[in-house]
Amino acid sequence: MARIELDLAHSYQRHPHSEADYALLPLQITFEDGGAYALLGPSGCGKTTMLNIISGLVTPSRGHVRFDGRDRTHDSPQARNIAQVFQFPVIYDTMTVGENLAFPLRNRRMPSDQIRQRVHHIAGLLELTGQLNQRAANLPADAKQKISLGRGLVRPDVSAVLFDEPLTVIDPQLKWELRRKLKQIHQELGLTLIYVTHDQIEAMTFADSVLVMARGRVVQQGSPAELFERPRHTFVGHFIGSPGMNLVPVHVHPDGTLQLQGQGHGQGHGQVQGPSLAHTDGRRLPEGPLTLGLRPEYLRFAAEPQPGSVAAEVTRVRHMGISQLLSAVAGGHEFKAYLPADAAAPAPGARVHLVLLDAHTCFYQNEELIS
Amino acid sequence: MSVVVKPVNQKAWWLIVPVILCVAFSAIIPLMTVVNYSVQDIIGPGRAVFVGTEWFAEIMRNEDLLSALLRQLMFSMAVLLIEIPLGVLLALSMPERGWRASAVLVIVALSLLIPWNVVGTIWQIFGRTDIGLLGNLLVGLGLDYSYSGNPVQAWLTVLLMDVWHWTPLVALLAYAGLRAIPEAYYQAASIDGASKWAVFRYIQLPKMRGVLMIAVLLRFMDSFMIYTEPFVLTGGGPGSSTTFLSQFLTQMAVGQFDVGPAAAFSLIYFLIILLFCFLLYNWMMRVGTQDKGGER
Repeated sequence: MARIELDLAHSYQRHPHSEADYALLPLQITFEDGGAYALLGPSGCGKTTMLNIISGLVTPSRGHVRFDGRDRTHDSPQARNIAQVFQFPVIYDTMTVGENLAFPLRNRRMPSDQIRQRVHHIAGLLELTGQLNQRAANLPADAKQKISLGRGLVRPDVSAVLFDEPLTVIDPQLKWELRRKLKQIHQELGLTLIYVTHDQIEAMTFADSVLVMARGRVVQQGSPAELFERPRHTFVGHFIGSPGMNLVPVHVHPDGTLQLQGQGHGQGHGQVQGPSLAHTDGRRLPEGPLTLGLRPEYLRFAAEPQPGSVAAEVTRVRHMGISQLLSAVAGGHEFKAYLPADAAAPAPGARVHLVLLDAHTCFYQNEELIS
Repeated sequence: MSVVVKPVNQKAWWLIVPVILCVAFSAIIPLMTVVNYSVQDIIGPGRAVFVGTEWFAEIMRNEDLLSALLRQLMFSMAVLLIEIPLGVLLALSMPERGWRASAVLVIVALSLLIPWNVVGTIWQIFGRTDIGLLGNLLVGLGLDYSYSGNPVQAWLTVLLMDVWHWTPLVALLAYAGLRAIPEAYYQAASIDGASKWAVFRYIQLPKMRGVLMIAVLLRFMDSFMIYTEPFVLTGGGPGSSTTFLSQFLTQMAVGQFDVGPAAAFSLIYFLIILLFCFLLYNWMMRVGTQDKGGER
């Protein structure tokens, strides 16, 4: 178990020229001992690279990896004492399930009675006890992945356990169960867990702290609630949530009023000045162009104009079982808003007033959160 | 209860006629001529006597043939025992990618491109004590080397020639098998703290099972039917020390025109290869794939 500090940059090219050549741009991150972390981001954002750097499968082109203050940058995965589970099941075909689970322990010369005890403990947690004597090669994919997970968790003294999208091959029903198991194992063993995924629900339910990554950068680290309430970057607002945050360009006038920057609505010419928003809340905003962000969960609307509202036309209402999703257009921008399932939704074509200014509204300058 | 009456339509048989014809001309008819010879004594054109199993009984008593068979079995076993591990070792030490990999692949494959009788000729010159590099070197080292005079040395030279000629095939097959292993296996093994030997034993070897089986079968069949190279190198001598089965058979059938016994032995020859390949295939398919007891 260890506290892991990264201070590095990495490029797979020998002579990187531009930012685009870097898989990971210069970053500094600390993973505290015993924490459950998720690296969340779209494909190609550098999350697997970061994981492989932590485990030692990849050596960063610049900077250091420290475990409890000790420089481990050039140590092998073995020396770092890391466990890692990969996206697709890796099992040793000729071994039984039990031998597969025991393999990392045998390689480290653990006494056989202790090995047996550990293997039984982990097999019990993952419900593999009945299959210990079966040959691993003959099992279905999800059982194989459970074996891979088990091999990652079987060593009691690891610095950290890293997961690289480990539940990709598992069907949704079992996914929930395994995620709950991992959480339970985390609480029982107090291991440091780092979990890579592109699935926000997976990240949010698993981790205490989520690192959202985009284009080789960590754009925000925080608890699931922070990521939801106060996305520090428009990317986070857009990426987290389903659908993501409503993000629209606004202009702040010297008198403090806000104006929605409209968009030519199928007319092919430049910007149309949108309706003006009365600046009601107490926040001071810098003059000039900004981006306004408000989650669909917090976007309210009213039949009459209200402080901080903008006139819009309802285009579509979709019933999604537990809620309704309303789409409305104002100044050429589409806004999404959630309604309770039993609320009376306005019909498409109806005029409504969307309340854009509210305690939950976030403002972004150059994609970064302000105030 | 309703009875479904299916219309009887035998036209589908026409679909398999081409296959039957192909197999008939490529295998069944040639084989049946051999069977035909093996049970008859052909005295002259148009005059043949049915002799039953007499030829089979005769060849079983033929000491020379039995010793050729024994020599052949030993040779094929030696070929497998040397070429398979050596080929795997070679494949393991070959570069994984880049221009080096391509260069090494071409060099390794070179010996496979040489016609068999040329291989025999190359080694005949290579092993000569007066002008051959190998022979001259061995004699220069003080060894009494002569592949044309010493039976053991002749046998070993033929074996060495086969190893030189065919180990690259095993190496190429094994190399293909190695390259097909996903990177994640090596990463997992490295995470699990596996030694180099453990990686070989538990990842590389099991993943190479398929290609190695092909290598073993090919090398067994080929070496069991070896003809051209020893024929060119030693002519089967000295004595009969390098007269392998196919050469013995050819002498019997074409040289002495003992068509009956030769046909009888051809069948046995064929059955030995078939049986051995069958056993080998089944063993290799089964080894390391069973559950080790316990509940299923």
